[in-house]
Amino acid sequence: MFSASSKTPHKQPRKQSISIGRGTRKKDEDSGTEVGEGTDEWAQSKATVRPPDQLELTDAELKEEFTRILTANNPHAPQNIVRYNFKEGTYKLIGFVNQLAVHYTQVGNLIPKDSDEGRRQHYRDELVADSQESAKVVISETENLEEDEDPKELETEPGSQTVVPAAGAAEKVTEEELMTPKQPKERKLTNQFNFSERASQTFNNPLRDRECQMEPPPRTNFSATANQWEIYDAYVEELEKQEKTKEKEKAKTPVAKKTGKMAMRKLTSLESQTDDITKVSQAAKIVERMVNQNTYDDVAQDFKYYEDAADEYRDQEGTLLPLWKFQNDKAKRLSVTALCWNPKYRDLFAVGYGSYDFMKQSRGMLLLYSMKNPSFPEYMFSSNSGIMCLDIHVDHPYLVAVGHYDGNVAIYNLKKPHSQPSFLSSAKSGKHTDPVWQVKWQKDDMDQNLNFFSVSSDGRIVSWTLVKSELVHIDVIKLKVEGSTTEVPEGLQLHTVGCGTAFDFHKEIDYLFLVGTEEGKIYKCSKSYSSQFLDTYDAHNMAVDAVSWNPYHTKVFMSCSSDWTVKIWDHTINLSTLHHCRTPMFIYDLNSAVGDVAWAPYSSTVFTAVTTDGKAHVFDLAINKYEAICNQPVVAKKKNKITHVQFNPIHPIIIVGDDRGHIICLKLSPNLRKMPKEKKGQEVQKGPAVEIAKLDKLLNLVREVKTKT
Amino acid sequence: MAEVEETLKRIQSHKGVIGTMVVNAEGIPIRTTLDNSTTVQYAGLLHQLTMKAKGTVRDIDPQNDLTFLRIRSKKHEIMVAPDKEYLLIVIQNPCE
Repeated sequence: MFSASSKTPHKQPRKQSISIGRGTRKKDEDSGTEVGEGTDEWAQSKATVRPPDQLELTDAELKEEFTRILTANNPHAPQNIVRYNFKEGTYKLIGFVNQLAVHYTQVGNLIPKDSDEGRRQHYRDELVADSQESAKVVISETENLEEDEDPKELETEPGSQTVVPAAGAAEKVTEEELMTPKQPKERKLTNQFNFSERASQTFNNPLRDRECQMEPPPRTNFSATANQWEIYDAYVEELEKQEKTKEKEKAKTPVAKKTGKMAMRKLTSLESQTDDITKVSQAAKIVERMVNQNTYDDVAQDFKYYEDAADEYRDQEGTLLPLWKFQNDKAKRLSVTALCWNPKYRDLFAVGYGSYDFMKQSRGMLLLYSMKNPSFPEYMFSSNSGIMCLDIHVDHPYLVAVGHYDGNVAIYNLKKPHSQPSFLSSAKSGKHTDPVWQVKWQKDDMDQNLNFFSVSSDGRIVSWTLVKSELVHIDVIKLKVEGSTTEVPEGLQLHTVGCGTAFDFHKEIDYLFLVGTEEGKIYKCSKSYSSQFLDTYDAHNMAVDAVSWNPYHTKVFMSCSSDWTVKIWDHTINLSTLHHCRTPMFIYDLNSAVGDVAWAPYSSTVFTAVTTDGKAHVFDLAINKYEAICNQPVVAKKKNKITHVQFNPIHPIIIVGDDRGHIICLKLSPNLRKMPKEKKGQEVQKGPAVEIAKLDKLLNLVREVKTKT
Repeated sequence: MAEVEETLKRIQSHKGVIGTMVVNAEGIPIRTTLDNSTTVQYAGLLHQLTMKAKGTVRDIDPQNDLTFLRIRSKKHEIMVAPDKEYLLIVIQNPCE
């Protein structure tokens, strides 16, 4: 047996030492003996089987002896290895050569059961099996018991395969095996050491660089310095944005408002779409004024600084210095029918255009001029019927009430750009049937509604109230000519109506007002009594053109008429005397029809009157109570008739309008606005009280004269 | 719009007015009554000057603003009215 194994072992050697043989080394024998015997017994049991190709040998041949000696020398080992000996300095043969030759090795995967590792593995397997089987075990224990026997038998075979080679006594092992796992098939143990490391190299992509040059992105240099005001602007803008968004949020809730706003937005967007040039409208306005200021520089200088030096040598008389002239092509053929200063903007005044000629009635115009721009009006409205009178509201200086020749009254709003009146009366809403000669704004009524009065030659005095978007009219008084009821043969009574031409409201007593008529009478009326007059004055022989209360003295008023006269009255005097004996305090005959009179705003004794012969007359009663201290033709052409005059509320100027549509601004010379002289050691007294006293003093003189007569 | 046009026409036809021009925020004239080279020169120079003047006014008080600039020279008076986006420049000979 061993003869074969000496060459190349056929069987798997259990241990390396076995291949060498029993007799050769004693070291190996202690472990190998048992194995050798075991194998012998095992081999003998199978020796009966003969291979078919076994040689048939004779006894002699069989007895023939071949001597073979097994040596431990490796036949392939080199016999003549020399090494250089440094000690002796020569090459020397090395006698000892390693005779070990390894023909085959295999790493086993068997672990002895008793070893620590074997137990550990066993334990691990048990755990796994338990976890798998636990369910089954619970289901039926009886089955388990039956099955237990089968695995025992089954286990012997696999158990023997693994265990028998390791230990000779297979039966012992099987007995031990019984104790070990219930698992019918033991899992094959993995070889812990047999693993291969595999590596492969993938194909490396060659590196490639690719470049291209694009157009450089546009660059701009930005540099700025933030000023204080730029920062301020940014903040203001931001605040506005925030407010806008807030407003938007608010507007979101009510739907109705939203639609309104949308409409507004549409409007604004339309406006913005129009020519850019609209944006310079404000600038254009300013420039126009500047250009005018340059051309009329001398006039402006005169207006502000010129005082007629000649006045000092003239004793009492004064002069009027013409300043700007206002005229417009569109109002060329029309005559000035009304003048009114704006109560808030003292350089702005309104002019009404129409015609006093009954035969030449045409259209009307309302212009508002500023002294800053004499060449062109600030506002322009035109109407179909001539304007006869106008008045600007004191608290709302943008509202202009207008009376037309056709009897209508209208209100123009300067804030609205279109040229149509905001309110207009109609035949239904009680318009006058004759020209409206005067309109006057009143204090707001109890419901805070705006209202104004109008007087017309149809004899009605009407109060107009602005209620929402309507003009509501109330007839206050119907003028009747007393004692003039004519007896018509049929027995009917016809009242001749009084034709009102002018009125004025008392400065303090709210209900009291005066009405001048075409017949020359002046009625003192109250708003509360519509049927009768408080008083009647047979003032003039012809139509009364204007009545006006004194701005300081509450008892005094003035009237002028086409009968060439201006009269000054005290409405309290002569109450006890007979009805017809009311006489004026002063009478002035101006030798021509008087178109208009106006009290000066700075003195109680100064007034001016204009006559149709083109002259302006300025009186100061404190200086001369018999004749005017200035009497001056002020129109360019002699035939032009002056129709109206107004004092500026603060500046010492008057505006005069004529029947050709011209308006002239005139400055009063120092003599015409003389104040009481300063006395040494006394303070200059000013104020309404002084003015009242001044006029009272004059009136007393007259009263004394009258009582004497 | 017509109103502004009319105002500009009135200014141009006013006594002594030599020319009017409207210049935008960049200093480019968008409307003029003068010849091209004069307009460009005026627009460029006056735009700078106005911006400087505006800056000065606003540097002193950010809440303040420039509303008008008048330059009186021996021959003319140049009036510049800055609006939000445009400048209105008018050259006038006041001694005429």
